[in-house]
Amino acid sequence: MKLAYWMYAGPAHIGTLRIASSFKNVHAIMHAPLGDDYFNVMRSMLERERDFTPVTASIVDRNVLARGSQERVVDNIVRKDREENPDLIVLTPTCTSSILQEDLQNFVQRASLDAQCDVLLADVNHYRVNELQAADRTLQQIVQFYLSRAQKKGELLTEKTAKPSVNIIGFTTLGFHNNHDATELRKLMADLGIEVNALIPDKASVHDLKTLPRAWFNLVPYREVGPLTAQYLRDEFAMPMVDITPMGIVETARCIRAIQAVLNAQGAGVDYEPFIDEQTRFVSNAAWFSRSIDCQNLTGKKAVVFGDSTHAAAMTKILAREMGIRVVLAGTYCKYDAEWFQQQVGEYCDEILISEDNGAIADKIATLEPAAIFGTQMERHVGKRLDIPCGVIAAPIHIQNFPVGYKPFVGYEGANQIVDLVYNSFTLGMEDHLLEIFGGHDTKDVITKTMSADSDLSWSKDGLTELNRIPGFVRGKVKRNTEKFARDRGFTEINAEVLYAAKEAVGA
Amino acid sequence: MTVADPKPNTPSLEFECDTGNYHTFCPISCVAWLYQKIEDSFFLVIGTKTCGYFLQNAMGVMIFAEPRYAMAELEEGDISAQLNDYNELKRLCDQIKRDRNPSVIVWIGTCTTEIIKMDLEGLAPKLEAEIGIPIVVARANGLDYAFTQGEDTVLAAMANRCPTSAQVKTTEEKEERGGIQKLLSFGRKKDDAAESPETEYHDHPNLVLFGSVPDPIVTQMTLELKKQGIKVGGWLPAKRYTELPVIDEGDYVIGMNPFLSRTATTLIRRRKCNPIIAPFPIGPDGTRAWVEAICAKFNIEPQGLEEREAKIWESLEDYLALVRDKSVYFMGDNLLEISLARFLIRCGMTVPEIGIPYMDKRYQAAELALLEQTCHDMGTPLPKIIEKPDNYNQLQRIKATQPDLVITGMAHANPLEARGINTKWSVEFTFAQIHGFANARDILELVTRPLRRNNSLKDLGWDKLVKEEVTV
Repeated sequence: MKLAYWMYAGPAHIGTLRIASSFKNVHAIMHAPLGDDYFNVMRSMLERERDFTPVTASIVDRNVLARGSQERVVDNIVRKDREENPDLIVLTPTCTSSILQEDLQNFVQRASLDAQCDVLLADVNHYRVNELQAADRTLQQIVQFYLSRAQKKGELLTEKTAKPSVNIIGFTTLGFHNNHDATELRKLMADLGIEVNALIPDKASVHDLKTLPRAWFNLVPYREVGPLTAQYLRDEFAMPMVDITPMGIVETARCIRAIQAVLNAQGAGVDYEPFIDEQTRFVSNAAWFSRSIDCQNLTGKKAVVFGDSTHAAAMTKILAREMGIRVVLAGTYCKYDAEWFQQQVGEYCDEILISEDNGAIADKIATLEPAAIFGTQMERHVGKRLDIPCGVIAAPIHIQNFPVGYKPFVGYEGANQIVDLVYNSFTLGMEDHLLEIFGGHDTKDVITKTMSADSDLSWSKDGLTELNRIPGFVRGKVKRNTEKFARDRGFTEINAEVLYAAKEAVGA
Repeated sequence: MTVADPKPNTPSLEFECDTGNYHTFCPISCVAWLYQKIEDSFFLVIGTKTCGYFLQNAMGVMIFAEPRYAMAELEEGDISAQLNDYNELKRLCDQIKRDRNPSVIVWIGTCTTEIIKMDLEGLAPKLEAEIGIPIVVARANGLDYAFTQGEDTVLAAMANRCPTSAQVKTTEEKEERGGIQKLLSFGRKKDDAAESPETEYHDHPNLVLFGSVPDPIVTQMTLELKKQGIKVGGWLPAKRYTELPVIDEGDYVIGMNPFLSRTATTLIRRRKCNPIIAPFPIGPDGTRAWVEAICAKFNIEPQGLEEREAKIWESLEDYLALVRDKSVYFMGDNLLEISLARFLIRCGMTVPEIGIPYMDKRYQAAELALLEQTCHDMGTPLPKIIEKPDNYNQLQRIKATQPDLVITGMAHANPLEARGINTKWSVEFTFAQIHGFANARDILELVTRPLRRNNSLKDLGWDKLVKEEVTV
């Protein structure tokens, strides 16, 4: 047992649901008790999704505990197949089904006899993997399922496309700025003259998966979701993979050079060096920014970075290598991937922290006193408490991290966005600091609208107690209205009863 | 009870039960408002990452305010019994005692503790004796309950911890247990000690109110009853665990909320209390009926209630004009549905269907009777009440009937809005102050918000924002 107040990565089934609901026309059925379909709320709220989230629960209740799910799971799968005609239904186990140890595979087999669609059981164990690992695994499982079936049926398309092409793997629903990153990468590929053969799983159809081997190579921008699929495609179909995250000017160039090598090995004969040079020096503003006076002022400032492997590693490199900021601590909550992270950031930071305990990071931030933090929403709140500005660079995230405007993190536009994020965090910190030194905003002539200083009315203690319970932002209004009410009716003292009578009478 | 019985020879309410495939919050969410209500408590949810993920996401920013709740996250060793439950819980509770020193630790049992049959009720008394802090066990799990029923399980467990007057000996403690009186006479005691508040009340048996409501509501309802000369002997729960009310055999109890059937049952059966079955004090009609029911039980002639209710209705006219003759559909997820529907029908709305997770026809008897009565009075057809609804089927009916407003969970709100259907998130009703005369306006503020918003956007021509009419 572990005493936990907060967690960075969600439970395994969330990862599976993120993959399933990213595909077009794929439905997930959770084997779960009432209330576990919280995923639907998150997707509908955070992503402001217009469509119903294609996730339902096959409810586990007392009857199921007593007698097993029996027909229920099968019925639910068949019913959903009839109602929605999905291409695929993914039966998703949860922590509850992990310990019930029902033979879900058997249900899947029976349901696929009656259902028109394909049915899969997500191969994830709640107690062994977290959200990110489960997402990685589920994506690979679905890809493998459709590819090996196509292979068996002889429908697999293995002939390479005429022009160089790529599969971009790992874009999911509820991923941090994933939709903007996808657009930016498509644009980058177009600039490089590379066709996007497929972008999965986001809005892809499972029927198109059989065309995956047509691409010349696979690009896996995120460390968390996609590598297993790319490795499978490499081992099975000898497709090369590029797994350098194009985040920041240097890494984007490195990624493009890796792509160039992969394509030239297949005889494409491309040279991207002029493109990289043009973009770096004249199109993107990030390289110029790092030479400018503004960035000079950031030299040697202390920063702490924390997040998932991809974003924390990329951010650490950008801050240290491209902006001359001193990263005093770089950390990740992806404990299962610690080795990779250490190897990535080792030379760019003073200290590495790999932990899932938000308290440990908060303590570190408090002792290190950085000038800015780049972390998750949790670190943002730590920053608030310690008065240190924070830029959010990774999940877990809130609704404000699903911006409507275009805000990629990858590619050349992504580098611009990151510059703004970093610079705004630090200048805000400077402003605060200056305000403190010069005694805050000018406070001499504050207009006290909410105060009724020369009031002829007195407030009784219970009246004041009730008044203080009213949320601050309306308290002034309530106070004024109540006093007006009391004056109109000739009360001299305002107690709780008068307060509530006023509320009734004038909606104070 | 002053609520008129349903007239004979009129159609009565129709009840149906569907598949139970609906969206609601897990009942462990009750820790979010109960830890704030009971200030000296600590809630320990014994469950998995799934529970923790739900809590941290559902409670939003509250999680960052150093909450007095935490997960006891079960690991594989706990599930396979390689680790000893008692030792593990002791280690965690020791830590909580050391860091927070609460007056009570509430263990929330979850689906997982049910399935692996962890004997929380058996472990608690032993551990309680060992660490010296009361441990209350509530099994608020998704196998058995929905959303607000979580509070019900906690309060039912707390009801057993309320002292009897024989146990409370010192006057000091007595004062503490009657926390409400202290609160109201706060300050006055010193100002004019001569005034004896006791004389303001009729002579009636002890009355205890149950249901967790925000403190302002506690004050308002206590004052409301004071106007009738009725003294509130205590509230379950009180502001602090150490202030749980005295409950003796024969005391009278009345519920504030429609989802408290287990608590009511516990108070009746275990504590031998007399229940007052009344409509719930939601809306001016409900509040009046609630006060009248208490008065009737104590043979007190209610004073000025009719005028008071009329005045409230008058003050609501601007909102009533917006809702009149509009239809509202309750998908059902928090058990407040019957009371809200009853109030909205009185406001002039029509209600084709009320979804509700669980319907206790005995505990809600008076509320159901008032609903029926209200429909007759307003000349509107009786709504169909659907227990354990099926969200998919409901969406088909919503699509067919196009109600003016759908009260629903957040999973369906945005998709429905994109299809041109007005929605109000049901969860807001559980967190807003909706009880008593004064707060009727707040309910309508919530109900009319989508209607007002859409009035201001109505000429823009983009009310449907999905391309093809997808089958929902």
